[in-house]
Amino acid sequence: MIPAPFTYRRAATVDEAVTLAARGGEDVKFLAGGHSLLPLMKLRLVVPPELVDIGGIGELSHISEADGHVRVGALATHDQVAGSALLRRELPLLAHAAGRVGDPQVRHRGTIGGSLAHADPAADLPAVALALGATLVTRGPSGTREIAAGDFFTGLFETVLEPGELLAEIRFPKAGPSGWSFQKFTKRGIDWAIVGVAVAGDRVALVNMGPTPLRARAVEDALASGAAPDEAAARAAEGTSAPEDLNGSRAYREHLARVLVGRALGEARSRR
Amino acid sequence: MSIVGTRVVRTEDPRLLTAGGSYVEDLRVPELAGAAWATFVRSPIAHARITGVDASAAARAPGVIAVLTAADMDDLGPPPPPPPGGGGEAPVPLGGPWAEPLLAADRVRFVGEPVAVVLTEGRYQGEDAAELVSVDYEPLPAVVGVEAALAGQTLLFPGTGSNVPITAGGQADDAIFDGCDVVVERTIVNQRVAPVPMEARAAAARWADGRLTAWLSTQAAQLGRFVMAGVLGLDPAAVRVITPDVGGGFGAKVGVDRDALVIAWAARRLGRPVRWAETRSENLVAMTHGRGQRQVIKIGGRKDGRILAYRLHVVQDAGAYPRMSGFLPFLTCMMASGPYDIAHVQTAYQVVVTNTTPTGAYRGAGRPEATAAIERAVDLFAAEIGLDPAEVRRTNLVPPDRFPYQTAGGARYDTGDYAAALDQVLSAAGYADLRAEQARRRERGDVVQLGIGLSSYVEITAADAAGGETARLVVHPDGTATVYTGSSAHGQGHHTAWAMLVQDELGIEMAKVTVVHGDTDLIPRGTGTYASRSLQIGGAAVHVAAADVREQARRVAADLLEASEADLELDAERGLWHVRGDPEAAMTWAQVASHASAEGLAASVNYTGGQPTFPFGTHLSVVEVDTQTGKVRVLRHVTVDDAGTIISPVLAEGQRHGGIAQGIAQALLEEVVYDGQGNPVTGTLADYAVITSAELPSFELLAKQTPTTANPLGAKGIGEAGTIGAVPAVQNAVIDALSHRGVRHIDMPLTPARVWAAINGTGVIL
Ligand SMILES: Cc1cc2nc3c(=O)[nH]c(=O)nc-3n(C[C@H](O)[C@H](O)[C@H](O)COP(=O)(O)OP(=O)(O)OC[C@H]3O[C@@H](n4cnc5c(N)ncnc54)[C@H](O)[C@@H]3O)c2cc1C
Repeated sequence: MIPAPFTYRRAATVDEAVTLAARGGEDVKFLAGGHSLLPLMKLRLVVPPELVDIGGIGELSHISEADGHVRVGALATHDQVAGSALLRRELPLLAHAAGRVGDPQVRHRGTIGGSLAHADPAADLPAVALALGATLVTRGPSGTREIAAGDFFTGLFETVLEPGELLAEIRFPKAGPSGWSFQKFTKRGIDWAIVGVAVAGDRVALVNMGPTPLRARAVEDALASGAAPDEAAARAAEGTSAPEDLNGSRAYREHLARVLVGRALGEARSRR
Repeated sequence: MSIVGTRVVRTEDPRLLTAGGSYVEDLRVPELAGAAWATFVRSPIAHARITGVDASAAARAPGVIAVLTAADMDDLGPPPPPPPGGGGEAPVPLGGPWAEPLLAADRVRFVGEPVAVVLTEGRYQGEDAAELVSVDYEPLPAVVGVEAALAGQTLLFPGTGSNVPITAGGQADDAIFDGCDVVVERTIVNQRVAPVPMEARAAAARWADGRLTAWLSTQAAQLGRFVMAGVLGLDPAAVRVITPDVGGGFGAKVGVDRDALVIAWAARRLGRPVRWAETRSENLVAMTHGRGQRQVIKIGGRKDGRILAYRLHVVQDAGAYPRMSGFLPFLTCMMASGPYDIAHVQTAYQVVVTNTTPTGAYRGAGRPEATAAIERAVDLFAAEIGLDPAEVRRTNLVPPDRFPYQTAGGARYDTGDYAAALDQVLSAAGYADLRAEQARRRERGDVVQLGIGLSSYVEITAADAAGGETARLVVHPDGTATVYTGSSAHGQGHHTAWAMLVQDELGIEMAKVTVVHGDTDLIPRGTGTYASRSLQIGGAAVHVAAADVREQARRVAADLLEASEADLELDAERGLWHVRGDPEAAMTWAQVASHASAEGLAASVNYTGGQPTFPFGTHLSVVEVDTQTGKVRVLRHVTVDDAGTIISPVLAEGQRHGGIAQGIAQALLEEVVYDGQGNPVTGTLADYAVITSAELPSFELLAKQTPTTANPLGAKGIGEAGTIGAVPAVQNAVIDALSHRGVRHIDMPLTPARVWAAINGTGVIL
């Protein structure tokens, strides 16, 4: 429960963070809210030689509107996202899901950028980013990139981020009046999802049904070809490879995915 | 009006909530200046031979003072024999060939077993250096679960010839079920759980002039001193144990764990104070776990609901070392028939060792397991004959005119009115309406079904009442008083309750009463806090001491007021002494105490006059079960917990609250899980699911008091009633919600996956 020794540096700007990280080498880690990184370091499952703390970078916690998009700074905390009047109006799915992350302490420290960069398949916001068709804006030694959420997650805790590349902002197209739903199935209020479902209009994304957050393509296709929600939901487990753990077998998770997608589609329709 | 029974707020809280407590890890006392930090090297393997330990790299690491292993323990004598009475029913280590070493020498038997201790200048250095200690393990097959232990293919203690240190009870005799219309038999599991106190284990030790001072996070300071002295080969007078604030124990801090003994030994070895505070990860694998029983229950009776015979066979998983011996299943079997009058009761148990963390006392220690078994059995029986479970309970409860009631298991229930408790709960809960609502949901085929679960219980508290408890009460010349108690408060509110007792008896306001506990130099004799014994034994000791002081004061006051003792009266409302009929000429406690003899007004008591008591009650749980997902939501929890006379309703309700929460947690969420190789799967609080307020409704706590005659306060214990009553009530409720679909039993914890598996008849999914 005590991390191995590491060097700690603090960046005041995005440029400084990128420079410090480049200087530190391959294994340098950015530290945002620390709510995924520090627990792993305390268990010594992750042993980074150097941390660059980006928590003090003021320019990265904005939540604002610009030409049909909503821009959320990577350092916006889950609590800020959940409480933002703009997001509650324009992207209620995102605000609602952020309010279901962990407990109040976690929501006050954990950041949306950290959640996406960490790429835990059991995390809530990566699936929400998929459902909302988000674009992730990064800054690295070789400049700025814009990456579609669908291209961002590559594997268990893996993304296309290069070493030293900082996730700076997440851009969401405004959702418009399409219905939404977020179904998070847990044992306890504070838990990670055993299975989760995010629905935004005709897009359906799954939490914890594979090594990365997933689009439920079979469901989306069925809906597109006019299937009733129940029929479409029956296909929720297609193309998934759910984990097996203390909380349930693959078969149980597949069953949950079908039930929860059905409920989510029903709720989303009622919100149109 | 007497202060007893009034809603006095806890005197402990202002300090705890503002300045904060001072736990062993917080201590900044001069005696511990320059203390070395201890970090244990723990086995990562469940079962292995140790073929070598190389500490050279660790010894060279920054800040390392020493790395000590079993090979360094050449200054210790052989382990003291277990105290008399050990080896079976006493809650002490079995010892002998099953003895547990302080540090593993040639073999490790569970993940988390301490193998070496690294002593460093700073705490963090210890974690780094411990990683450098290289231990060669030659893995052995791991024995996990009671079936593997009984199969005996691999032995933990090869010299003993078996994995079953204790077998007790009579031969099963099916003749007891002759004449039953219906007999139901079932194997059920009372799963292993972790106590998870807020403060994990901690110890600090310092030697000076051949004397040891040990700061321990313990529930029993004097017992700690006794154990420390025994292991280190010292006269108990050469050991001082101090317990600062203790952040919960739940039974797992009654004794002194081997880790703390190593700290005291290492401090002597180093000639320098040593301190240790374990991490949460260590706590989850190295503090004792609780429960861990496989039970075979068999119940039979008539179709009209009368139960005629009951048999319980328990296999207790002791973990790697039988620390509690046969005590837990012994208590389970003693309380097997619960509150029911059953003509034929048979019990038997086996204790087995496995390559897992040792088990020990945990809130209820053997009694919740008894209640869980009989309450499941009664529901299985009721379901089989198609009668309402409340009705079946009422038919079989011991009637009020049968007390004291002698059970087949050897208990003598003191006082009770079990059916009254049941009826009080049923009517407060609106039982008939709940059943009607359940029927409507079934009729409609709702996705979310309603379940109603009952648990009627009786338990034993202060089972070791004869061990007594001490109290010394002193009234000072300024009119204030001090109570020195041998009981070891660690969250229960002793300081509040003891001061209430003094005010009640003497009229000295609570604010003027100081309570001192947990320093064996000030209080050499004492027993401790466990088995829900504190108020009824330790509180009774305070009460008896106060009565003694009152009589001393009467003599002094009579002298001062020039009256005969018989004419003196204490106005306990105002705390004044006066002559009967003349309240104006009164003397204060300060005046009386100032005129007392050189010894002052003081009394020392070792109260051994108490008897075990048998609190009882009924819990009713209302749950919703989502039949599509298996998720359970607790809607209501209604209880009567009759613990005799209630001194402080606030403290009693607090005990019920915490206990019920832990009980619901065992029923729905908590389980310590190992994989087939004996690796803990629930090694962090992300995987080991303790309950939170979000999962709990507000509890409906009904009042009922049936005083006992076993002690002068009329009080029974209430510390463990919550876990005893709540667990089967919730389990029964969930099964009840699904009974119309043919579900008769689901083993705990009733996680969504398990409940869903039961609904689908697919067996347990994990
Ligand atoms: C008790 C608890 C419960 C939780 N429950 C949930 C839950 O229910 N649902 C859920 O989704 N999450 C949950 N979390 C995780 C939480 O949401 C984390 O806050 C989040 O996953 C990571 O955000 P962070 O800011 O803390 O990132 P950090 O821990 O600081 O970093 C995580 C990783 O991302 C990298 N990183 C961080 N920011 C950036 C960036 N801007 N650019 C590039 N790399 C970056 C870091 O280097 C690190 O590798 C829980 C956490 C805890 C401790």
